[in-house]
Amino acid sequence: MRSDGEPLLRVTDLVKYYRAGGLFARPAPPVRAVDGVSFDIGRGETLGLVGESGCGKSTVGRTVLRLQEPTSGQAVFDGADVFALGRAELRRLRRRMQIVFQDPYGSLNPRMRIGSAVAEGIEIHGLAPRAEIPGRVAALLEEVGLDPTYARRYPHEFSGGQRQRIGIARALAVQPSFIVCDEPVSALDVSVQAQVLNLLADLQRHRGLSYLFIAHDLAVVRQVAQRVAVMYLGRIVETGATEALLREPRHPYTIALLSAVPEPDPAGQKRRVVLPGDPPSPSAPPAGCPFHPRCFHPAKSDRCRAELPLLRPVGATRVACHYAETPPAAPL
Amino acid sequence: MSRVLEVENLRVTFPGADGRRVAAVDGVSFGLSRGETLALVGESGCGKSLTALSLLRLVPTPGRIEPESRIRLGDADVLGLEGAALRAIRGRRIGMIFQDPMTSLDPVFRVGDQIAEGILAHFPVSKREARERAITLLRDVGIPDPSARADAFPHQLSGGMRQRVMIAIALAAEPEILVADEPTTALDVTVQAQILEVLDGLRTARGMAVLLITHDLGIVAGRADRVAVMYAGQIVEEAPTAGLFARPSHPYTQGLFESIPRLTGPVERLRPIPGTVPSATAWPSGCRFRPRCPHAFEPCGREPPVHEVAPDQRMRCWLESEKGDLRSEK
Repeated sequence: MRSDGEPLLRVTDLVKYYRAGGLFARPAPPVRAVDGVSFDIGRGETLGLVGESGCGKSTVGRTVLRLQEPTSGQAVFDGADVFALGRAELRRLRRRMQIVFQDPYGSLNPRMRIGSAVAEGIEIHGLAPRAEIPGRVAALLEEVGLDPTYARRYPHEFSGGQRQRIGIARALAVQPSFIVCDEPVSALDVSVQAQVLNLLADLQRHRGLSYLFIAHDLAVVRQVAQRVAVMYLGRIVETGATEALLREPRHPYTIALLSAVPEPDPAGQKRRVVLPGDPPSPSAPPAGCPFHPRCFHPAKSDRCRAELPLLRPVGATRVACHYAETPPAAPL
Repeated sequence: MSRVLEVENLRVTFPGADGRRVAAVDGVSFGLSRGETLALVGESGCGKSLTALSLLRLVPTPGRIEPESRIRLGDADVLGLEGAALRAIRGRRIGMIFQDPMTSLDPVFRVGDQIAEGILAHFPVSKREARERAITLLRDVGIPDPSARADAFPHQLSGGMRQRVMIAIALAAEPEILVADEPTTALDVTVQAQILEVLDGLRTARGMAVLLITHDLGIVAGRADRVAVMYAGQIVEEAPTAGLFARPSHPYTQGLFESIPRLTGPVERLRPIPGTVPSATAWPSGCRFRPRCPHAFEPCGREPPVHEVAPDQRMRCWLESEKGDLRSEK
């Protein structure tokens, strides 16, 4: 393991296009799910990746792990060029990069006892002698807050929150240093969501884990991530330290997104930006700035319709907006 | 304000494994006034959706509304109605929208026709007039280019657009009450803001009463006049929205507030409610929140009283009646 200032994961210019249309369908323009995304994640750090459905945030997570092959770009994980690795090397690397999904039920085999599900990774990667595996599984279940005797039960015997803990234990079993958390608490009730968020924070502290935390809920991201990147239509439109970005958002989309989050405080009701329309289709993104058709920035100009703004440092964050120096107030 | 709906001691039961019936909704009472939004808040399995379905007598079999329950809609006894009289209430006087618009829209009919169908069922108008009204409704719910969109099939619309269509269908009959069961849970926040804005505008314009079922306290804060918090089939606290947020009194309500991550203020470790919501077959005797409650004490083994903790704010709890003020303890 290297201990210099290099980030654990560096993703550069990641692109993932999906070919549209079936075998016999007319050729259609590709769906540009991820269109040039770059970010770093340090050791022990959490980067929150935020955006609405279809913005490409989950595709980023899966492509970085090579659960899906990228169209182009580079991902360097602890010195290894992830997209250039052969089968065997990739398998070794997978031990260090894990994923936790939104729906733990969908990722657990209903006929497999959860003890075996948790043990699977340990066996595949030969991480412990056979005799030691039950003890390891018991310790993992305990670490995620489950009774070790649950190892003999089946997935359907557990609640949503417990299943998410099982999903986390399974990811931890191979001793990863990096976990992609893809909407890990979105399907849970608030009281259970809080339990799982605390668990993820504890695990990060004890094990020095790095997380790419994918979520649509900005308040949840604020709870776990030191840095955050906001995605819109396959691109990062604003990124920076979480507190700075929430306090002083500069991209009109970030401003709209923040203003739309319903705050549990009847006295502090804020002015909401109600964005017109829906996000455009990623198979036909608008020319220029992808946000321009819905943008409410008073300085919006022909330049926005023609020229793609690149991420650049303005104020406390990096923003992809031609007019980031004068961020708009939330309009009525 | 005039009461349009009065629910009293609502009990909904299902057959349990041992042959005895299990009450998933157990003694729920609330009222709803004209032009008011009441939020029914709680986590999965607390009985909030079943309560909503009961208003329309849509409790799925083998569920049953027990005879001691009372639901009064104006001067009509909803639980005594059958046949045509019941149909005259469903949709016509109480409209309903659900979380997932795709499963409630018919995929093979154009959305304009689906709205017009409702209008034709409730009003003596021509087909042409029904279509015109449908287009007006689509415009009211904020659908751009409504006459073109009326010819679209549901799959051609985005999730937000479909939910708008559902609202248009529910409004077609000009109901006195709109029951909205997690109307924006499946939608992105920016779309959610649009839909809630539409609902609020329509409520004000039409003086409709809204029963908003949600798990999201953020939505409640901005949209509801009053809140009823449900836990394990019962309302555990009811209050005007401002009062509930300023002074959550029931330990469960307090636990909910301490569990939500916030966008402002210092980032602190969340204080979740320990354990999980028990299923209806395993609700404890006495106070149902007792096993998870940080303040549980000896009387909690008995059924807690409902008492007033502030003007118009009631909770179902032994605290304050026997142990002094909960807040001053903290």
